[in-house]
Amino acid sequence: MDLFEHQAKELFADYGIPVPRGIVAHTVEEVRAAAEQLTGRVVVKAQVKTGGRGKAGGVKVADDAADAVEKAGAILGMDIKGHTVHKVLVEEASAIAEEYYFSFLLDRANRTFLAICSAAGGMDIEEVAHSTPEKVAKVPVSALTGVDRAKARDIAIAGGLPEKALDGAAELIEKLWCAFVDEDATLVEVNPMILAADGQVKALDGKVTLDDNATFRQADHEAFADKAAEDPLEAKAKEKDLNYVKLDGDVGIIGNGAGLVMSTLDVVAYAGEAFPGKPSPANFLDIGGGASAEVMAAGLEIIMSDPSVKSIFVNVFGGITACDAVANGIVSAFKLLESRGEAVTHPLVVRLDGNNAQLGRQILADAALPRVELVDTMDDAAKRAAELAAAGV
Amino acid sequence: MAIWLTENSKIIVQGMTGGEGTKHTRRMLASGARVVGGVNARKAGTTHEGLPVFGTVKEAIEKTRADVSVVFVPPAFTKDAVKEAIDAEIPLCVVITEGVPVHDSTEFWAYAVAKGNKTRIIGPNCPGIASPGASNAGIIPADITTAGRIGLVSKSGTLTYQLMYELRDFGFSTAVGIGGDPVIGTTHIDALQAFQEDPGTDAIVMIGEIGGDAEERAAAYIEEHVTKPVVAYVAGFTAPEGKTMGHAGAIVSGSAGTAQAKKEALEKVGVRVGKTPSETARLMREIMQSR
Repeated sequence: MDLFEHQAKELFADYGIPVPRGIVAHTVEEVRAAAEQLTGRVVVKAQVKTGGRGKAGGVKVADDAADAVEKAGAILGMDIKGHTVHKVLVEEASAIAEEYYFSFLLDRANRTFLAICSAAGGMDIEEVAHSTPEKVAKVPVSALTGVDRAKARDIAIAGGLPEKALDGAAELIEKLWCAFVDEDATLVEVNPMILAADGQVKALDGKVTLDDNATFRQADHEAFADKAAEDPLEAKAKEKDLNYVKLDGDVGIIGNGAGLVMSTLDVVAYAGEAFPGKPSPANFLDIGGGASAEVMAAGLEIIMSDPSVKSIFVNVFGGITACDAVANGIVSAFKLLESRGEAVTHPLVVRLDGNNAQLGRQILADAALPRVELVDTMDDAAKRAAELAAAGV
Repeated sequence: MAIWLTENSKIIVQGMTGGEGTKHTRRMLASGARVVGGVNARKAGTTHEGLPVFGTVKEAIEKTRADVSVVFVPPAFTKDAVKEAIDAEIPLCVVITEGVPVHDSTEFWAYAVAKGNKTRIIGPNCPGIASPGASNAGIIPADITTAGRIGLVSKSGTLTYQLMYELRDFGFSTAVGIGGDPVIGTTHIDALQAFQEDPGTDAIVMIGEIGGDAEERAAAYIEEHVTKPVVAYVAGFTAPEGKTMGHAGAIVSGSAGTAQAKKEALEKVGVRVGKTPSETARLMREIMQSR
């Protein structure tokens, strides 16, 4: 989960990292009140979970409350790379002497953590690393030994930070490491990390990504979730513990196993190219290895409540759960849905393969479920599902 | 022949007494794998599924000479379970558990390295490893294929089963599911190297998916070191940027980690990449038939 800048800064503040005073505002009235409370010059910053806000005009300095209201009026509601600005962070303006870059992140390739530090801050670090790699220090950090004050200082020196900023930077980096570990983050980025005119080193911006696998021990992370921005179908699926991602096509997809479902999306998109309107996948939905009747019913329910879905493709490989059990699950799911008054009305293409495939197919054939077609291979089934979606039946 | 897991492998199960542990211990035993015991500190001295339960991995090794551990413990306890296995210096530790925090897997990996890499870790979030006809450590259904001379390495469980099934008439030396997490123990490259050196393997199927750059690095490795034919499949061409597709590691970030980039990197070094799982199986079939 990615955090908004203001959430990242609230988290930083909890760890004693210096951040500018700021107030979140959703309306121009709130912006006025915030600016009046902060007094003096303020910065109005769009709160969206994407980069390039400054370039898009989403960050503006205002001289006073009236100016802040005017600037915020232009920013609120603005679209930045597909993200609508629903709130801004109103912050006291900082007297910046110098700007640096700092982050801790997960280095997948080397299976370790990485500290990235540079005296060239405030801009796109990937560009800096590309054009002048010598200006960017990348220091591996072991999960076993971590970062203490001395190591933090070494990293700051490696990044080329000047003597006058070293003490402040080392303190900030050490605290940031604590936040990175204690909060189960996979990224904490401060760009820019500034040396203020008064000599203090501060986090002027903040970007944090939290590990979704760690929610079982990070109960307070749920409060960071942006419920308003969640797709309603994804939210509903989450309530039912389904692994669902909404996509923009018209063929509903159910499968077992993340890899197989990803592959199913590709095969459907590929098959769809041959039909008018180029049908494509409406969603990712992995019902897991078990493929029980309850989960199958819950999955069908979510997909049928998506108005863009015109056909459904159920693609199951019987491995741990053999195909006869899966077929029985589908039959039970149909009965379950019918009993709830939500009978399946979409054309459904089913492909069953793997253990006891013949038996499973026989069970489905005998059940003679309305609108269900059995197709033997994944490629042919994808074609048929795309064809049905194109016909719009 | 096979890699890492043979008919002589003696398997213990960490978390054997839990629901998943019990179910898959039964399945492993039924497939003929030599499961010799389990580990659960609170149930030490008892028996479960007819097998002895030990208090620690170390004790289990001393009593049974086990050389493989399969881990089914819940995510909150996985880090400690794997570190215990590393401390006991078991040669192979297969971590099936899904949902392990990445700080934990990064830590146990660093721990394994610090202890001299005496334990090969497979996973987490993986189906395990199976050498058909010889042994089976994990949850791969043993009966979907036969023993043969194809090696397989994959990030995905069900795609592994799919390919094993489609190529069942040729059979497999070993199939390794390395898992779909951002940080994993054994990589595509480790498996490619082992298959290249294994006299029982003639050709290799490699299955990748979006996220990270493991497939690109595997391609570079193949160019330098692998002379056996390799056929690949990559899942996730239609995955939108920034969305996690089921597996914690399956995410396209910006322009990095796309299926297209992975396919191109593999094709550049002469690996044939199937457009669908079935086409991938067909490409491998052609190779095996021409031998």
